Amino acid sequence: MPAIPLAKAPQPSATNPAQIRNFCIIAHIDHGKSTLADRMLGITGVVEARNMREQYLDRMDIERERGITIKSQAVRLPWKSGIDGQEYILNMIDTPGHVDFTYEVSRSLAACEGAILLVDCAQGIEAQTLANLYLAMENNLTIIPVLNKIDLPAAQPEKFAIELSKLVGCKPEDCLKVSGKTGAGVEELLDQIVAQIPPPQGNPDGPARALIFDSVYDTYRGVVTYVRVFDGKLSPREQIQMFSTAAKHELLDIGVISPEPVSSKGLGVGEVGYLITGVKDVRLSRVGDTVTTFHKPAKEALGGYKDPKPMVFSGLYPIDGDEYPMLRDALDKLQLNDAALVYEPETSAALGFGFRCGFLGLLHMEIVRERLEREFNLTLISTAPNVVYRVTNEGGEELIVTNPSEYPSGKVDKVLEPIVRATILSPTDYIGTIMELCQQRRGTLNGMDYLSEDRVEIRYTLPLAEIVFDFFDQLKSRTKGYASLDYEPIGEAEGDLVKVDILLQGDTVDAFSSIVHREKAYAYGVMMTTKLRELIPRQQFEVPIQAAIGAKIIARENIRAIRKDVLAKCYGGDISRKRKLLEKQKEGKKRMKMVGRVEVPQEAFIAALATNADAESGKVKK
Amino acid sequence: MSRRLSFYIHIPYCAKRCGYCDFNTYTPAELQGPDLATVSQNYIDAALREIELAHSTVGEAQVPSIFFGGGTPSLMPASELARVIARIDERFEVLDDAEITLEVNPDSVTPEFLSTMRESGATRISMGMQSAVPHVLEALDRTHKPENVVSAVNAAVRAGFENISVDLIYGAPGESIADWKTSVSAAMELPINHISAYALIVERGTKLAAQIARGELTLPDDDETAEKYLIADDAFESAGFSWYELSNWSKPGGECRHNIAYWDGSHWWGVGPGAHSYIDKKRWWNVKHPSTYQQKIFKNESPELSSEVLTGENLADEFVMLQIRRREGIQLSALTDLQIKKAELFLGSGHLEEKSWSEKKLVLSKNGRLIADRIVRELVM
Repeated sequence: MPAIPLAKAPQPSATNPAQIRNFCIIAHIDHGKSTLADRMLGITGVVEARNMREQYLDRMDIERERGITIKSQAVRLPWKSGIDGQEYILNMIDTPGHVDFTYEVSRSLAACEGAILLVDCAQGIEAQTLANLYLAMENNLTIIPVLNKIDLPAAQPEKFAIELSKLVGCKPEDCLKVSGKTGAGVEELLDQIVAQIPPPQGNPDGPARALIFDSVYDTYRGVVTYVRVFDGKLSPREQIQMFSTAAKHELLDIGVISPEPVSSKGLGVGEVGYLITGVKDVRLSRVGDTVTTFHKPAKEALGGYKDPKPMVFSGLYPIDGDEYPMLRDALDKLQLNDAALVYEPETSAALGFGFRCGFLGLLHMEIVRERLEREFNLTLISTAPNVVYRVTNEGGEELIVTNPSEYPSGKVDKVLEPIVRATILSPTDYIGTIMELCQQRRGTLNGMDYLSEDRVEIRYTLPLAEIVFDFFDQLKSRTKGYASLDYEPIGEAEGDLVKVDILLQGDTVDAFSSIVHREKAYAYGVMMTTKLRELIPRQQFEVPIQAAIGAKIIARENIRAIRKDVLAKCYGGDISRKRKLLEKQKEGKKRMKMVGRVEVPQEAFIAALATNADAESGKVKK
Repeated sequence: MSRRLSFYIHIPYCAKRCGYCDFNTYTPAELQGPDLATVSQNYIDAALREIELAHSTVGEAQVPSIFFGGGTPSLMPASELARVIARIDERFEVLDDAEITLEVNPDSVTPEFLSTMRESGATRISMGMQSAVPHVLEALDRTHKPENVVSAVNAAVRAGFENISVDLIYGAPGESIADWKTSVSAAMELPINHISAYALIVERGTKLAAQIARGELTLPDDDETAEKYLIADDAFESAGFSWYELSNWSKPGGECRHNIAYWDGSHWWGVGPGAHSYIDKKRWWNVKHPSTYQQKIFKNESPELSSEVLTGENLADEFVMLQIRRREGIQLSALTDLQIKKAELFLGSGHLEEKSWSEKKLVLSKNGRLIADRIVRELVM
């Protein structure tokens, strides 16, 4: 058994870089990453069999019970190679698995020399995995292709070995075959990590430079920062400094996770571990930033740092206006742990007081909203998500529009909208329908490659706004769920865009204004007016619903006045019941929003604002 | 002057339950008890005990009205009902001009019953006519033939009743506008001085609700039902009836004083299972099942199931809720400035009578009556 007892293993801060291997696992959500990680913990002996439980590293609920939230972002695994009999330290670094977190993924990858490309051999590779693979290849990581779940009856290891070998540029027989579930092939995989992935290199005597690849807020310990040391050494009690903010902190604790946090005498070249400085806000410890020491600072930061840039915006409003202060507190708290979340107060005539929030993408938006509702017990309405527009008005003034209702009402000289490069992987049967969808969404085809006989990679340039508007659902429904999507922002392009306003009885409902392509304005207007006619109950007067571009009405529906709203009988035994119903209706009326004189139930707003993306929120897993 | 107290007497029995009815009533089959005569006697014995309870609770009172409702009061022997009137008169002072109403079913009512009741002091008959169209009666699950109504009303006239009312129901599944007009005309042919017309309410748990849920029957839409209300109102008005409550019309002097007592905050005592009472801001209601009711009564326990004492806000809400249904409407001086402001919107939309408004009164127009509940909601919010 090549496991090494922890106490006898090479110790942190005293490990020769030549004995270190840093790697991550690139995998799609359900391709078995957690199970494989569990198996590695068991086989390397860092978790004793009697303490083993499923998905050891995914400990959100347990963490909550204990009141701590230190995630095992990087686990130190001692391993004695079955090939050369030498002792090694393997650092397994976690990567977030979704399109919105490409930047975070890229930083995790930058902390590694190698990556395991883990693919379920009953399903084949997915678009996000492919995108992360390309990212890893751009970072010059050594890729070890691994087919998982070989124990499944539906496994097709030969077929997907061919697919993987084409992507990675190896031979099909070089793909390792494992089962995280049974443990088959996992020891060999650990040996191959040692054999194939190069050891880290760096200057042990130079000024310290460590890359932050994650930072997490913990209620008790403040921000826990995960780093990979490239040069020099970090030691406890030392003053450290962040490059991007020049902020200075004292290192209160430094150590490794194995898989519980263990304080160490420091971290040396190539080592991976955590830092605690007592800082309370993750924005002071940013992913991608470089840590150095105050007394012997490095001159240059490690490359690749970027400020997180929100791409998708949405208004978040409490359904009960009294919850506004709670929403503000909740956002303040979430931001401690989410450097990418931005927000500012906003007022909507229709929805009241709320916040305009900026997110990395749709999934990030859903995660934030779900956490606000679940962890802070808030009930929210969110406006339809939109992207950021750079609008130049007639006077040559440039405006940044993050809320459609701020779009200039006068003539517009030029509008720039964000565009993305999208990659879609799909069975070949759906090429036609996918191309049709992308064309409808103003896409430009960049290319298409066959991954295997029956699977294809399609690449498009698309406006982000089109993806934000139910693209993913359309893609899933048109391909019976088989296609997968990944995209990354690549810049801006000019668009022929207009703002469509929705008016109820002549009053604009700000929450429903939308910026759409000119050719789609009519369809949007018809869709919204029809939807609202069905959702808004009849009033005691007729209510026209109009869609307009500026002063021009492009669609119109009518809600006829209600004729009858009365119960015929009201005698002795009916009076209490009727009054109680009235009292209930009084309560219900608090959930009504007034647009001019028109009473609109909250439910109508929610339903009208719901994109199908909301239905996806249940599937979110970071 | 002693207080005034109206009595409602609930008769919780029917020969058969109608498909739309969710009232607290039981058929012989449901009760599985002895013969009807024994059931009636036992039940009326219990009712008399509750009248004693009323007396010991309230003390002296003048009784301006008594109303026998149900259920089907005409299912009971007239002599049993007569005992109730007599007992109330013994314990309280039934006023000389008191209105004593009996609800009767055109199927079960006999000339003898009517004569006996008239002699025992009853002054008013309220008959469930519902419709004059056979397929509509069938949809409502009513057993009577339209011609029974005519003969029963005539019998009531012969028995000496001067105050006769019929009830109509509109908006039943399958009822056309023409059907409704037929029923309205038929009612206007009768020698009556009062008419109630109710839009069908589909109550949960009824046979009708189940039939609609299963798709066997379809309700006409609300707009058509509204149209029927206007048709009825026109026909009644041109036949000399005036509306005095949303669903009630009468010839001059023919208003039901007992029902008005419910609406103007007067006090009443409801006798019988499930009956509601209201005295001095307290409203209470009795246990629902007749046998539980009788058990309690014969054990000398109060049959009260539950009660509420109305707060200022409750009273204010009920005032608007009930008073707005009446022809006399609401004095603007009884409303807050905000309520008046809200009401002005309805004046503008034609839901209130202009003329009354100029006389400082809020009175619903025809279209306003049709959305009375909505107007109430606006005013009390």
